[in-house]
Parts: sequence; structure tokens; C-alpha cells
Amino acid sequence: MRPVTHNTKVKIVEAPQGYVGEGFFTMKMSEAIGLARSNSIWPLPFATSCCGIEFMATMAAHYDLARFGSERLSFSPRQCDLIMVMGTIAKKMAPILRQVYLQMAEPRWVMAVGACASSGGIFDTYSVLQGIDQVIPVDVYVPGCPPRPEAIIDGFMRIQDLVKSEDIRRREDDQYKNLLNSYGIQ
Amino acid sequence: MLTNEIIKQRLKDKFGELVYNMEEPYGMLTFDTDRDNNLKVMNFLKEDEELGFTYLNDLTAVHYPNNIGKELAVVYMLQNIRAGIRIRFKVYTDISKPDVFTATGIFETSNWLEREAYDFFGVNFVGHPNLIRIMNVDEMDYHPLRKEYPLEDQTRIDKDDDMFGR
Repeated sequence: MRPVTHNTKVKIVEAPQGYVGEGFFTMKMSEAIGLARSNSIWPLPFATSCCGIEFMATMAAHYDLARFGSERLSFSPRQCDLIMVMGTIAKKMAPILRQVYLQMAEPRWVMAVGACASSGGIFDTYSVLQGIDQVIPVDVYVPGCPPRPEAIIDGFMRIQDLVKSEDIRRREDDQYKNLLNSYGIQ
Repeated sequence: MLTNEIIKQRLKDKFGELVYNMEEPYGMLTFDTDRDNNLKVMNFLKEDEELGFTYLNDLTAVHYPNNIGKELAVVYMLQNIRAGIRIRFKVYTDISKPDVFTATGIFETSNWLEREAYDFFGVNFVGHPNLIRIMNVDEMDYHPLRKEYPLEDQTRIDKDDDMFGR
């Protein structure tokens, strides 16, 4: 019989800087919340074509997006933090994408995966939206046609960086409100 | 056994000079007819016992901008399932008055196919029960596969025309 082996290389995230004393620990609220949020992002896959197939590989055992705290994909936008738009968005699809984005609760992040979602890609044509940033604000763009799972994971880690360092009051400030207003979102 | 020769002969006997330009590219019988005659030809091909073209394969349109007065062609493709034979016929219409009679009374399937041809080429199918766009967004105010419109999306400002071959 083989002896039972345990993974001795488990890593856990480091605690943010703070002041430790007898029975207490103080740190910045935004850092604690950013730490918790960034390691429990619930993604909503909005997959319309081949980038979605790459995402399936990213989610599956080999690349395992669950390592980053995202094993819980949600197919309801109301419970999600991150919408991952993967694939060509036709102009007829644009209002639906926007509607899904509006149904998400704040704070929400957007990732455009692949050339089509980022810029329309090779589909420079009358029927295709030339990048989803025409209808919703985008946080991270992942290049590639389609991007490999490594690239999607890298984009996801950039989202984690954003989430981790985001000020908890960002969503109330004027800059963010002006950004949403520029997309016609109140 | 049904052959192209028999079909040609039956059409000539029935319609005479109203069917013309008979060709057989790659063995597929192709002919033209007058715009007002399309339903008569189609009905004959479908209802005739010997011909029996009971299945409408496809219906689409083509834009020939240099064919003055006959810019838009509507193409019908019919199949005799039993004999395994397909034929194709076209009618031409003026782009300034693109009226063609609808085939929805003969083949139900032409309902959606004619909506598609209307959507992309603006062919006005007279008598169609619900002639609205089927593929493109409802707000679109032109018929995108007509040759006078560029294929590329005209809302882009960041693409360099020299680099993208526009």
C-alpha cells in the first residue's frame, strides 16, 4: 500500500499590514474587505462563441479556476461580482448584455475576454458590436483569438488585483458616477 | 425517370417564351422568368404530377448593381425529393420598385426566407403576411447586403484605413 501523502505546499494569503497587540489586531477596513472580495469572486460567464470554449477549459480540472476562489460560477447576474464576456457580441445582443450588466449588484467588475469582446475582432462588419466597451464599462481586456486558459487566468488575476486595491468608497464617488453616466446608466 | 431534358420540355410546352436563359451549370437546371410569372411557374413545378418539385430548398436575393433596371434577382431553389433533382430559377426586378409576389401561399417555408431576403436586400414581397426584419436589429434603416453599402462597420474611428484595407 502506498502511504497517504498530504500536500505540504498549501499557500494561504497573507494578512494585510496591521497592528498586533494582546488579543486584538487592527488594520484598514478597505484592505480586509478587498482581501475577502478578491478571493471569493463569483463570475458570470457570458459566453457566446469560441472564447467560451476556452473558458470551459479554464474552469475544468486541468486549469481549475476554483484555485482563485471562483469555483462558484453563477448563472444569475444578481448574485455575481464579475461578468466575463467571452465571444462575439452582435449588435442585436448588445441590449441583452447591457441588461445583464444592469441586473448585477454593485460592486461589479467586467472582463472582456478575446478580440471580439474587446474590439469586434475580425468581425469588422455591420452586424457586430465593435467592442463591448461601447455599451458597458470594462475593467480588464484579455487579448487573443481565442486566448489560452493561461491568458484568461492572468486576466482574472488582474481583476483580483483591482478588487484587492479598490477603495470601498469608490462606487460612491463622482468619477465612478460620471463613468456610468457616460454609458447612460444612472 | 425525370431528367433535365423532360423538365425543360414541360416548361417550354407550358410557358413558351416566358421561361428563358436555360442553362445547366454543374448539371443543375437554371432558368429565368418574368417577375409577374414567378408564382405560376412555381405552382406548376409543385403541382404537376410528373415534375413534383414539392420542396423549396432555398429562397434568396442577389444584387447586381450594373444590371440596370434588373438590379435585384430573387432566386428560388426547388427540389424533387423522390427523384433527387434540384432546379433553380430567378426573377429580376428594378431596385427602385422591388416588388415581387410572395410565395407564402405555395410554400409555408418561404415566410421566413422572404423576411430574410427583405431584411438584407429590401425586396418587397407583395402579399407577405408579416414582412419585417428577421436577422438584423429592428432599428436598422438600410438593407446591408446591397452593394452600395460598405461591409465594414462605419462607427469605428480607431481603425486606420491603410492598415485595415478599407
